[in-house]
Amino acid sequence: MLLIGERINGMFEDVKQAIADKNKAVIQNLAANQTKAGATFLDVNVGTAAADQEGTMQWLIEAIQETCQTSLCLDSQKFNVIQAGLKVINPDNGVLLNSTPLNKKTDEEILDKFIETAQQAGPKVSIIALTMDKNGVPQDTDTRVAIAAEIVQKAMEKGFDTQKLFVDPIILPVKVPNAQAQPQNILAAIEQIKYLSDPAPHITMGLSNLSQGTNERSLINRTFITMALSRGMDSAIVDVLDKDLMNAVATSEMLMNKQIYSDSFLKVCF
Amino acid sequence: MPVPEIVNSFAGSINRVTLGATKETGGTRTSTVTIGGSTNVVYGGSSADAGEKPVIAMDVIDTRPQDWPDVLGKCYEDVFDSPGNWAKKCVDEYGADMICLTFDGIHPDTGDKDGDHAVKVTQDVLGAVGVPLVLWGCGNNEKDNQIMPKVSQAAKGENCLIGPVEEDNYKSLTAIALADGHHLITKAPLDINIAKQVNILTSDMGFPLEKIVTFQATGALGYGIEYAYSIQERQRMAALGGDKMMAMPAICDAGYESWRVKEAKMESDEWGPVDDRGPMWEAATAICLLQAGVDIVRMRHPKAVATVKKFINQIWK
Repeated sequence: MLLIGERINGMFEDVKQAIADKNKAVIQNLAANQTKAGATFLDVNVGTAAADQEGTMQWLIEAIQETCQTSLCLDSQKFNVIQAGLKVINPDNGVLLNSTPLNKKTDEEILDKFIETAQQAGPKVSIIALTMDKNGVPQDTDTRVAIAAEIVQKAMEKGFDTQKLFVDPIILPVKVPNAQAQPQNILAAIEQIKYLSDPAPHITMGLSNLSQGTNERSLINRTFITMALSRGMDSAIVDVLDKDLMNAVATSEMLMNKQIYSDSFLKVCF
Repeated sequence: MPVPEIVNSFAGSINRVTLGATKETGGTRTSTVTIGGSTNVVYGGSSADAGEKPVIAMDVIDTRPQDWPDVLGKCYEDVFDSPGNWAKKCVDEYGADMICLTFDGIHPDTGDKDGDHAVKVTQDVLGAVGVPLVLWGCGNNEKDNQIMPKVSQAAKGENCLIGPVEEDNYKSLTAIALADGHHLITKAPLDINIAKQVNILTSDMGFPLEKIVTFQATGALGYGIEYAYSIQERQRMAALGGDKMMAMPAICDAGYESWRVKEAKMESDEWGPVDDRGPMWEAATAICLLQAGVDIVRMRHPKAVATVKKFINQIWK
């Protein structure tokens, strides 16, 4: 299970403040704590706080890299912000570029650009591709899988290792009118996406999005992640500091025989 | 038909462990052994993936054994009463990489000897040979907890492999091994879940995972080797898959288990000469487990040792 720690994001008040104050210690603590909790990657998202998104992305990366060698996940909807991050990152630690759709109205070639950028940046650079295209986020299972198939095909055409490709079927908040059918559509999509190539692409998602605005965020998140894991998802952007969530993941891995059982299995899964 | 090349690669690897301390590292050993380090299954990947060569630790018992059959006993009749000379014979004549000194004599049922005896035997063997030692308790928890700390202390600084500790009896020996700078054997009764748990428990006490060698218990050919094989293989696959709690090198006991087997030692025309059959039984047990993934093999008969060494040298080039 490749867990991507979500906490270094300008949408969180403490990170927003740290960015404003140029307070590295807050960011470095979050990096250390998430690494200790079991994060394979640390998501880095500037949020909307700073005017200079490129500069802020670089400042965050440099602050983290001073004290932490965990792989980073550069998270921005703006390609130029991700490119700015790549200029200062140590690609040998592993990098995940987060994220690109299949295509956009304003940029038909965006996926190609991401793949080429990853290929140029080094052998340990992976990408997250969303099952989304110029028509927006699909609501049904079939369109998600069709877009995923195009993404996988594009990667293979360009000689990009599918084990460096993370497909994100995009989970939307369950507390949105008429959105309650989405979780099961996504589960069905996960099951099909993993058969698109051999070896299969990774499947990930921004889990916390599911529980936006609800009163039972942690419970909803950890219940859904166990369901998604059982269908073949093998990565997620999550709050790795949520102990209940991490215990649910550890238990799922054990029940799926991915970890050998021991009486103290919760202690050692991450 | 050409042999297909296996190119599977794994995320994890087996810990590399060095046993024995020379003068430079605070001991008196004249040689050390390094085991582990493999990054693939046996026969899998390139020769670099195979890691270090497995080694043979030949058994020396602290007191004259009562139950060794003639076919085995006659190899050691001249040294049975002197563990030091016995160890020397194993190293000089039979090519033992290590000596496994087993303290059967302290068991209440087989001598009930005291700490002074155990310390003296340890010192004798340390003085007689320069190879690293495995120091193995008698299996009686009370006596092992009483005597093995003294044995550990007598070999302090020699970087021995001491044990085994078990799920319900690990605290005192783990603490003393840590204090005296030894490596530790964690034992489980052919149970992969307990094997992992013992590693977690000893690690919780602050014992470094990198200084543990696991013992899954052994079943000999015809007497449960399939269980031992599959557990040993499962440990290896978990380790290669990245499970840090299972990434230790492993030791198995082909000697004791094989020579308990009736068919290995009975006189029978139908079964062929026992002088060949017994060593073959022991060698087959050892070679089978080496293929599942073990790094130290405890052995007894010199002919079996020679056969297994030949196999090791062919596979781990």
